[in-house]
Amino acid sequence: MTPKIAVRGLYKHYGRGARRTLALQHVDLDIAAGEFVTLVGASGCGKSTLLRTICGLEEYGQGSIVCNGRDVDGPGADRAMVFQSYSLYPWLTVKDNIRFCRRLKHHAAATSSDVEIASGRADALIGLMGLAHVAHAYPAELSGGMQQRVAIARALMARPDVLLMDEPFGALDAQTREVMHDLIRHVHHLEKTTIVFVTHDVEEAIYLGERVVVMAPRPGRIDSIVDVPFGAKRHQDLKLAPEFSALKRQILNRIRETSGVKTDLEQLEKLTRTT
Amino acid sequence: MRDDLPPLDGAAGPTVMRNRRSPWDVRGDLRRRSALALAVAGFVLPLAVWILVSLNGWADPVFLPPPWQVLAQLGEWYRDGDLLGDVIVSIGRVLGGFCVAALVAVPLGVLVGTYAPVRAFLEPLTEFTRYLPAVAFIPLIMLWVGIEEGAKVAVIWVGVFFQMLLLVAADVARVPDAPIEAARTMGATNEEIIKYVLIPAARPAILTTLRGAMCLAWTYLVVAELVAANSGLGYAILKAQRFLQTDKIFAGILLIGLVGLLTDQAFRWLHKRCFPWHHLRG
Repeated sequence: MTPKIAVRGLYKHYGRGARRTLALQHVDLDIAAGEFVTLVGASGCGKSTLLRTICGLEEYGQGSIVCNGRDVDGPGADRAMVFQSYSLYPWLTVKDNIRFCRRLKHHAAATSSDVEIASGRADALIGLMGLAHVAHAYPAELSGGMQQRVAIARALMARPDVLLMDEPFGALDAQTREVMHDLIRHVHHLEKTTIVFVTHDVEEAIYLGERVVVMAPRPGRIDSIVDVPFGAKRHQDLKLAPEFSALKRQILNRIRETSGVKTDLEQLEKLTRTT
Repeated sequence: MRDDLPPLDGAAGPTVMRNRRSPWDVRGDLRRRSALALAVAGFVLPLAVWILVSLNGWADPVFLPPPWQVLAQLGEWYRDGDLLGDVIVSIGRVLGGFCVAALVAVPLGVLVGTYAPVRAFLEPLTEFTRYLPAVAFIPLIMLWVGIEEGAKVAVIWVGVFFQMLLLVAADVARVPDAPIEAARTMGATNEEIIKYVLIPAARPAILTTLRGAMCLAWTYLVVAELVAANSGLGYAILKAQRFLQTDKIFAGILLIGLVGLLTDQAFRWLHKRCFPWHHLRG
């Protein structure tokens, strides 16, 4: 089976001349249709850069990215993105934010039945995301968690093949995050969308992903890919299971070993011993 | 888990606010009433000093006419002269220059703030031109436009247009990347991003820029009415200068200030009215 997204020998640089730094070094990654993949790593490992490059928002010169059998050259409606900063349109109500893509020529409805289906989908997404009571509110009136639900609904509205999520829950509190985790897994189950999800939270990466791609910094690269053996049905209690903790420890160790955090920790230990 | 919930209101008796920020703390809050009182005092205090100085004869009335004399002058201007006509003519000129400037500067500013080549082409030129004093253009404007109404509008236009263009461009450039990128990932074209993201997002800032530009337009009024005018507030001030009618100069200045204050309040009201979402506190 051909993968939904195929990244081959991808290199990416930032800056010019003496300040030119390697952001991604030879990234190879295949993501199957309907898969939920999480990218995890210390800051500076290039996980967001990789996601944004797949999205078509960052330039790349060397290597290739193929999505749906087409070379990625610029953003497209087949790859929707959810950002950490919710990037909602503050002048539009929740409902109009979700329906935003309907204004674009790209999604212009051909027949009246299309319009009906679309408005039905907007309502269904509002229901699914639990936004019915705030459908006519402005984003500024909503909590961070609610705003991110709107952003996810807006991204899903256009029925993208691939949903790219760049640390979407990074600014939310722990309780809201747990709810969002189950919500996004439910959405994935319902819509069968391929999801690539970037996070620095290892627990989040394991709980959500079917595969966890561990990345390492300086230069940004894929360190290892870990299969998550917990099946499709997951529950918050899973996070307390010993297998879960073991996997978390394994991935955390990889991140520490590759990121310099380990030497930092060792130094800190030495300091505390001497004083 | 406790079942005996405490009463909704705490202990009986008068409440004393704690942790309250004083108005004199950094970003402290001031009650509406006090704010209004202070604003009124801001006007009344200088007026009181003016009255005091006039009553005691501390200043020569030629330099500083007493307020009642200015008021009487205003009444005379209203009865014998054409005060309303002067006000309307001046408002017309200011609005004319302002509107012509806005009609060109807003669309062009959106383009400069959006497209890097347009910015590279126009921004340095505009930054050069905006330093040129509008007064220096008067001879040229008289030569090119003539000495009719168009010339007065043109002086105001020169004074306002270049500033407005750069400020609108900056307003558009200040729209964050995230909403633009979000639109891109939904398949929006460049035109659609301008229409559905950049312009709606920049609208409140652009209206604030227009508010500032309107103030600037009023400051160019007197300069504009240097050009062969025979009516208008600026002209009245200039004529009064020729006859050393200090009271009329004062009357003219106060009128311009009053009209400006009203315009500014109108803009403020319009902003709240047009962009309720912008004034939400989440």
